Amino acid sequence: MPEMNTSSLPDLIFTILFFFMMVTSMREVTLMVKFDKPTGTQLEKLARKSSTSFIYIGRPTEALRGQYGTGHRIQINDRYVEAPEIHDFVYAERDELAEADKPFYTVSVKADHNTPMGIITDVKQVMRKAYALKMMYSANKQQ
Amino acid sequence: MGKKRKMPGLNTSSTADISFMLLIFFLVTTSMDTDQGLARSLPKPPEDDQKNIELKIKERNILNIRINKDNYVMVGNDYASLADIKERAKEFIKNADNKPNLPELKPKFIKELGKNVMITKEHVISVQTDRGTSYGVYFAVQDALVTAYNELRDEAAKEYFSKKKFEFCTPDEQKAIREIYPQKISEAEPKKYGGQQ
Repeated sequence: MPEMNTSSLPDLIFTILFFFMMVTSMREVTLMVKFDKPTGTQLEKLARKSSTSFIYIGRPTEALRGQYGTGHRIQINDRYVEAPEIHDFVYAERDELAEADKPFYTVSVKADHNTPMGIITDVKQVMRKAYALKMMYSANKQQ
Repeated sequence: MGKKRKMPGLNTSSTADISFMLLIFFLVTTSMDTDQGLARSLPKPPEDDQKNIELKIKERNILNIRINKDNYVMVGNDYASLADIKERAKEFIKNADNKPNLPELKPKFIKELGKNVMITKEHVISVQTDRGTSYGVYFAVQDALVTAYNELRDEAAKEYFSKKKFEFCTPDEQKAIREIYPQKISEAEPKKYGGQQ
């Protein structure tokens, strides 16, 4: 029986591989805060990941504790920020979106369940001022 | 000349397997972090000239949920557990017996049903926290409130459309049910406890 020529099979699969590598985004930021998200039962999936910004809130990771202490910090894009700086961040992120995606701009807040509400409230107030009105409290599904 | 000099071909039959493994690795690692949570929309920021005008809402139409810095939850004037919150919220939103201390029932014409339904369309649930409240408790309260709404919507699906659950209804029916039980959880301005009001 003549053997089927499979020499192009690796190329095919490599093509699929590259396709997936391009369309899916790996986690872009390295986390500098440790957070354990709250659990809930009535969660919805994030609809549009491409028009979403993430804000991480928690205590600094162990390696950074010597430098930054153990208080709760807000992280966006690889650095710690204070709440008022979120205003500019939100504006910049939304500006990068295509015009059609702007109404769907969402901010997902990934915060530790021990975070005091004061920080969350500050973040929310800044987001309101920046007219980023769609938000999401990120959580894990309860098993 | 190609026929005479035969190059021994490199055995590439395992390249496919290797790239398959890479492919599967990428598929697994990238699809893992699907984000989920509770979606909320915040109110617009207050305009400068209307800062001092507070929205007037009848007292019976508000359900105040307060969480203090020690994470004790109060619904109205009583301490409550998370399970209580759900029941209290359901009772408040529905006001089945038309009690005077629960929100007013007003008729609303629902197109999909072709009749008026008595609903508490002006009710508001307000969650107030202290700066020291932990986020986990706040989230649990929010989750309990959404559970209350979802259970009421499931009941409405059973009552009006004889479907087992809200999610089995057609989009039009879902819209009607959303009108009957609109989700009204206030994300309003935080108030300072003990300060002047």
